[in-house]
Amino acid sequence: MSLPSTAMGALAAIAIMALVTYLTRAGGVFVMSRVPIGPKVERFINAMAGSVLVAVITPMAVQGDWGARLALVATLGVMLTTQKALAAIAAGIVTAALWRLWL
Amino acid sequence: MNTPAPGARLDLAGILVGIRRMAPLSLFVVIFGLAFGVAALSRGLSGLEAMLMSALVFAGASQFAALELWGPEIPLLPLIATTFAINARHLLMGAAIQPWLAHLPPGQRYGSLVLMSDSNWAMAVADRQRGETNVGMLVGGGIALWLTWLLGTLLGVIFGSGITEPERFGLDVIMGCFLLAMLVGGRRDLSMLVPWGAAALAALAAMAWLPPHSHVIVGALAGGLAGLLLPARPTQEAIA
Repeated sequence: MSLPSTAMGALAAIAIMALVTYLTRAGGVFVMSRVPIGPKVERFINAMAGSVLVAVITPMAVQGDWGARLALVATLGVMLTTQKALAAIAAGIVTAALWRLWL
Repeated sequence: MNTPAPGARLDLAGILVGIRRMAPLSLFVVIFGLAFGVAALSRGLSGLEAMLMSALVFAGASQFAALELWGPEIPLLPLIATTFAINARHLLMGAAIQPWLAHLPPGQRYGSLVLMSDSNWAMAVADRQRGETNVGMLVGGGIALWLTWLLGTLLGVIFGSGITEPERFGLDVIMGCFLLAMLVGGRRDLSMLVPWGAAALAALAAMAWLPPHSHVIVGALAGGLAGLLLPARPTQEAIA
């Protein structure tokens, strides 16, 4: 099932995302006031939080060109050394731009 | 509904203090918003759609990930699953402050949560641990973040509409780099490499053998399940 990315389709997609996101914001408070969230559920959610990002990034590295791959490497390197997200993202963009400029 | 309950309260003064305390940090949010605006246009969203998404969804990582799914068609189930999985951390954040918010009337409680985001939540948790009863940091901080996220998106939309070939300037990699920075910038815990490795392998396998876009759901579930196999960590409350 998919929406066409017409104006109405995009609007519906945004509304659905907004609803799902609000449910995560309110859901923890709502559920916790009835049943406490156990350590198993907490571990699952904690592991899933990073895993979904990994699952989104992996195809970019596999299917992307070398500019995109090196950009990810640059971001990872700067992030691990400085912990500064903005610097890391900037390094990635510059790397991809320079790589494509020369090839 | 105006009986001030002991334990927590919400008032205008507290909200204004929250806005002021978040102001320096939220300036950085402008730049992230700018990156989102540029990336959104390069994926074919209109400026208005990008602004609406920032205003209504107000959750950076899930918005970037949604762009990855955007095309002539937007696959609905992957969109819902990705948005849920990335924002599922809100469930834990909300659960952590539930005993505090329980003192507020339901309207204020569920209204405040509209604005709950990582940094204002973290500052509100710190307030609560100091014995603060005013929930203004959560709401005021959220307002500051929301306004700057929207302003940044607007600047990105204006800036991005002047660029015809985003790949040449490396702007198509913003999404991946942003998500990677969020991933690595989170909690430093080497044991997370197990679920992340499982997620990467499962995502690759799903890309090869399962329908398009299913790799995100499959990877997230594989990572979550792998997390259950890890030994329980010694109880450490509220590290974030």
